Amino acid sequence: MDCDLKAISRDIRCDTLAAIGHLGVGHLGGSLSLAELLAVLYFKEMHIDPKNPKMPGRDRLICSKGHAGPAIYAALANRGYFEKELLMTLNQGGTRLPSHCDSNLTVGIDMTTGSLGQGFSCAVGAALGSKLEEDGATIYTIIGDGETQEGQIWEAAMFAAAKKLDNLIAFTDRNKLQLDGPVSQVNDISPLAEKWAAFGWNVIDVEDGNDVDQVEAAVAHAKLGRDSERPTMVILNTRKGCGVPWIEELGAANHNTNITEEQALAAIAAIRGEG
Amino acid sequence: MEMRAVYAECLAQLMEQDRHVVVLDADLARASGTLKLYERFPRQMFDCGIAEQNMASIAAGLSSYGFKPWIESFAPFATRRICDQIAISICYAKQNVKIVGTDPGISAELNGGTHMSMEDMGVVRSIPGMVIYEPVDERQLRAAMPVLNAYVGPVYIRLFRKAQPDVFPEGYKFDLFKANLLREGKDLSIFVTGMMTKDCLDAARILLEKGIDAEIINVHTIKPVDRETVLASARKTGAVLTVENHNVIGGLHSAILETLAREKIPAMAVGVQDRFGEVGKLPYLREAVGLTVENIVATAEEAIKLK
Repeated sequence: MDCDLKAISRDIRCDTLAAIGHLGVGHLGGSLSLAELLAVLYFKEMHIDPKNPKMPGRDRLICSKGHAGPAIYAALANRGYFEKELLMTLNQGGTRLPSHCDSNLTVGIDMTTGSLGQGFSCAVGAALGSKLEEDGATIYTIIGDGETQEGQIWEAAMFAAAKKLDNLIAFTDRNKLQLDGPVSQVNDISPLAEKWAAFGWNVIDVEDGNDVDQVEAAVAHAKLGRDSERPTMVILNTRKGCGVPWIEELGAANHNTNITEEQALAAIAAIRGEG
Repeated sequence: MEMRAVYAECLAQLMEQDRHVVVLDADLARASGTLKLYERFPRQMFDCGIAEQNMASIAAGLSSYGFKPWIESFAPFATRRICDQIAISICYAKQNVKIVGTDPGISAELNGGTHMSMEDMGVVRSIPGMVIYEPVDERQLRAAMPVLNAYVGPVYIRLFRKAQPDVFPEGYKFDLFKANLLREGKDLSIFVTGMMTKDCLDAARILLEKGIDAEIINVHTIKPVDRETVLASARKTGAVLTVENHNVIGGLHSAILETLAREKIPAMAVGVQDRFGEVGKLPYLREAVGLTVENIVATAEEAIKLK
C-alpha cells in the first residue's frame, strides 16, 4: 500500500486516545508507543486483506503484549477491518474490543493474548505452522520489554532459533518502563541486543522506534533476513505514552491510567495541530 | 500391551491419515513411547526440550494455523506446571489441543512425590471448555484415540503408561460423552475411572458374597460427566461410591458430588485423601493411599449403611 505512514501513525494514536478517553481509563502508555510500528505493518508490510480476514497464507501479527489491544484496534479500524464507531465500545460490557486481544471476539486479531510471554510462543507456533504449510507468510509478533522478564520468552527464543524460523519477525517495544517502575530498576533485561544475538537471532536496534522512517527501514531490513535461517528481533527504542507530553511525563504510572474525554480531545487536537 | 505403546500406535495412524496432526514433546517422548515415531514423521513431531509452557503455547499457535496438536509430558508437568498456558493459550483462546499427561497419581511409582500428580484433574477441571478423559484398558484407548482426535477442542488425557488388565470386550464402541455400565446392580453405584476399574469389578464379586449387589460404571470422561447415566444409577441404587487414583478433592468424587448436589443420596470416596505422593512400587503405594480392593469393599459397605 502506498500511503502517508506518518499521517496513519497520527490517526492510530488519535483513535487510541479517543477510545480510551471515551472510557476514561486504559493502557495508554504501551498502546501509544506502538503507533508507528502498527502503521508500518498494517499499511505497508503485511500481506493481508481486510475483506478476507482469514485469508490462507496471510501474514499474521500476534501482539504478545496483549494490553496494547486499543492501539491494534485503532490500526484495524483505520485499515478497514471494522467501522471506527466500534472503537467507542472499548472495554464496555459485551464489547467486541476487550482490553487484551481476543481472536474469538475481534476480526483481524490473529491470536488471543494477555498473559505475558504466551503470545510470543504462539507466534513461534504459527511460524512453525507457516513453514509446514509452505505458504510463504511472515509472522510478526510484538513483545514488551517488561514482558521480556518472562521465562517463557526465552524458551520460545531458543526454540525459534533452533528450528530456524526465519519467517518470524519480532519487535520489542523497548519503552523502558513497566508497571512498577523503570525496567532497569525492577529487573534489568540489558544488554538486550546481546541477549537476542546470543540466542541465535538477527538483531536490529532502532534508535527511535517512534520515528516512522526508522521503523519502516528496520522492517524492510528485517525482511532481508527471510532466508537467513534465523528469526529476527527488532528492538524499537520507544517512548511509553509517546505523542502526549503529560502522559509521557507520568512515567511508569502511564501503564494503565485515567484520562478524561476532555484531556483526550485536547491531546488529539495537539497531535493534529502538529501534523 | 503397554498403554503407551497402544497410544503411540494410534497416534502414528492419525498422523499417517492427516498431516495436520502434530505431536509436541518436552523431552519425554521416550517415556511416552513416541520417540521412535520421530524418524517416521519428521514434519509432524517436534521436541521442544524441557520447556513445557512453551510447548503448550506453541501448540496453541499451531492450532491457530489449522493444525491438530497433541502435547505430552508427565501428568504433573502437563497440568499444574502449565496451568496458565492451558487456561489462556489453549482453552480461553479456544484452540484445538490435546494434552496427554502420563503416569497419573500413584502410577508415577519410582519417580516419587515430585512426579506424582494427585491433583491434575482438579487443576484442569475448573478451566472452562476442558474435557477430561482417562482410559481404562487397551481396547478403550484404541477406540478413543480417533474420537479424541476428531473432537474439536481441548482435551486432557490422563494416560497410565504400562499394561492394564482387559475390561472392555472386543468390538467395544466408544462414546466420549457416555459413561459405560460394566456391571448392573441394585444396592450401590460405584463410579470409577482409570486404573481402578478392574479393582471395582473384583470388589463387586466380594460384595456379592456379602449380599451387596453393586453396579459398576466406568466414568471415563470426568468432564463433562455423563449426568444422565450417573443420576439414573444413583437414584436407582440410593448409595454411591467413587473410586479414583487422584485426590478426592477436585477429580471424579467432586464431579459426582456436583452431579448429585440436589439428591439425597449418600456418597463415599475411595481415592487419595488430600495428601502428596511418595516413592515406591504400585503394591506399596496402593496400600499407602488406600487404593485397594479391600478398601473399596469396606467403603462400599459404609456407603450402604448410610442409605
